[in-house]
Amino acid sequence: MASRTFTASRLPGFATVAIVVFIALYMPIAMLMIYSFNAGDSIAIWDGFSFQWYERAWENEKVKEVTIRSLVIAGSAATISTVAATMAALATTRKKPFRGQTGIYVAINQPLMVPEIVTAVALLIFFAAIKVATGYQGLGYLILAHSAFCIPFAYLPIRARLEGMDLTLETAAADLYATPWWTFRRVTLPLLAPGIVAGMMLAFVTSLDDVVITLFVKSAGQDTLPTYLLAQIRRQVTGEVNAISTVLLALTVILLTTFFLLTRKRS
Amino acid sequence: MGSDDGFIEIIDVTKAFGPADRRVYALGGVAATIRRGEFFTLLGPSGCGKTTLLRLIAGFELPTSGEIRLDGQEIGHLPPFRRPVNTVFQNYALFPHMTVAQNIGFGLEMLGKPKADIAATVERMLALVKMTDLAGRRTDQLSGGQQQRVALARALAPQPKVLLLDEPLSALDLKLRKEMQVELKRIQLETGITFIFVTHDQEEALTMSDRIAVMSGGKILQIGTPREIYAHPTNRFVADFIGETNFIRARVQGGKAIVGGEVEVPLPAAPAQGEVTLAIRPEHLRLVAKGTAGALTATVGDAVYFGTDSHVHLTLGDGTGIVVRQQTDPDGREGPAPGSVLGVSFPPAAVQVLED
Ligand SMILES: Nc1ncnc2c1ncn2[C@@H]1O[C@H](COP(=O)(O)OP(=O)(O)O)[C@@H](O)[C@H]1O
Ligand SMILES: [Mg+2]
Repeated sequence: MASRTFTASRLPGFATVAIVVFIALYMPIAMLMIYSFNAGDSIAIWDGFSFQWYERAWENEKVKEVTIRSLVIAGSAATISTVAATMAALATTRKKPFRGQTGIYVAINQPLMVPEIVTAVALLIFFAAIKVATGYQGLGYLILAHSAFCIPFAYLPIRARLEGMDLTLETAAADLYATPWWTFRRVTLPLLAPGIVAGMMLAFVTSLDDVVITLFVKSAGQDTLPTYLLAQIRRQVTGEVNAISTVLLALTVILLTTFFLLTRKRS
Repeated sequence: MGSDDGFIEIIDVTKAFGPADRRVYALGGVAATIRRGEFFTLLGPSGCGKTTLLRLIAGFELPTSGEIRLDGQEIGHLPPFRRPVNTVFQNYALFPHMTVAQNIGFGLEMLGKPKADIAATVERMLALVKMTDLAGRRTDQLSGGQQQRVALARALAPQPKVLLLDEPLSALDLKLRKEMQVELKRIQLETGITFIFVTHDQEEALTMSDRIAVMSGGKILQIGTPREIYAHPTNRFVADFIGETNFIRARVQGGKAIVGGEVEVPLPAAPAQGEVTLAIRPEHLRLVAKGTAGALTATVGDAVYFGTDSHVHLTLGDGTGIVVRQQTDPDGREGPAPGSVLGVSFPPAAVQVLED
């Protein structure tokens, strides 16, 4: 019947597929979290509850080192990409549509479209040339690379916020003797703040979680938390990995929940 | 410059939108002189260019050609934040992240006034618009009428030379609108600030204004006091837009207009030979016995009863429909019977000759 809408949940087998997918998504994570509290050394045999893996991870100097490095990179990349994304969002939504605007959207969102491995290889080659030329081996390469691929994640919530903003508010500020700079400081920026915070969180989480680009770009001794975990697992899987992953998960969930609440609040 | 006329001079201002090959003129050559302390209204139907003219005075748009002078100084090309002019926006445009008091103080703060002065002025403005109790509220917790008052106080606080109001009352319900009309008038008299007020509501314009500019199609058709505009419209559009009017074609001969080949009306300034349109308000027409000297012959159609008065629709000999407004008889007698033939008379002074 024409008036009946298509309802996927009425298809035969829908419930089975849903349950399988649900288990595939959440069971492993649940297992990971449960075994992070295992008292035994095995990651498959439950031996009672304890915090030993958390304590061991906490006391592990290497874990401390890579965690701090990850936070430094994510913090810097989130800040840089958010500033760039804010400027890009202002430039693309505040003007009347101009020639080449679509091109700019594509350019900003490039990291979402180009396969990550391609970007990684390209960055590796590019940075290798610079390393040779300058001799600089520091964290700058990682921060720069992370900043670049975090921009679209920061850009989207900021742009959404800007598009929902009443332009007459800025006109009103100008009418009340605010120069363009003061209008930005006192009206645009405060109203944009929830979008900026949301974009920054999304960028932070994206950077914190990156493996592929980091692996290709990092110099020796520049492991981040994810690449360290990867290296650990290759050797021997211990409950320490579970504990670290659980903490990372908790942090991400907190940030993303805050992001969700910020972007959901009335425009 | 004189102190009473020529406070704001709008000199042959045009405004075009769109790319060069598809230009649309929102204003096509507007001239007006607004006096200091005046309540000046731009009246016209939607799309006639009222908002555009206001935005040009505020500085949100720049004129395509022409000049805008304020107190003798050309301001047409200054940015909005350099013009001593403030606006009450149609949607109020209150800053949602500031309190009522912060909104009102914003302009003074941007002008760099000392904190103590700002606080004192905000206090005075809150009292002026009767919002003292709500100084600390966020603006999204206010009713439409209260937001209106805050918008007004915010625009008045920097003591602009001119206050611009773009259909400020159109979002309010009828009762609140009547209240705010009185309030606005009171505030204008108390502050002595020149108001330029935009509306499409002719009744609002007539009751509030010192002078009205009637606009249509990007042009000002007539400027005058409410009485002048109502009693002596110079233009068919103005006569039609403001109140109800009967239009009657007449032939001009020897300085007189001859209506329906039977009645002669002396014309104050006799145009050349030819045809003219005469405008006569329904309340100036009177029903008299058929054949009365100086009366037009007309056939009664239907009558619409309004309580205090009724509108009688009649048809003249040449088929022109006219309306006569009659006070209801105190003894409640019925109006004229449909189909009967009567005379319609009018004092010669009630006749307006229109340029059309
Ligand atoms: N920014 C703009 N771009 C293009 N056309 C515009 C713009 N602003 C106004 N117009 C046009 O100018 C005319 C007058 O508009 P406006 O001044 O808003 O009229 P009013 O306030 O009397 O309703 C309208 O035809 C409108 O479509
Ligand atoms: Mg308008």
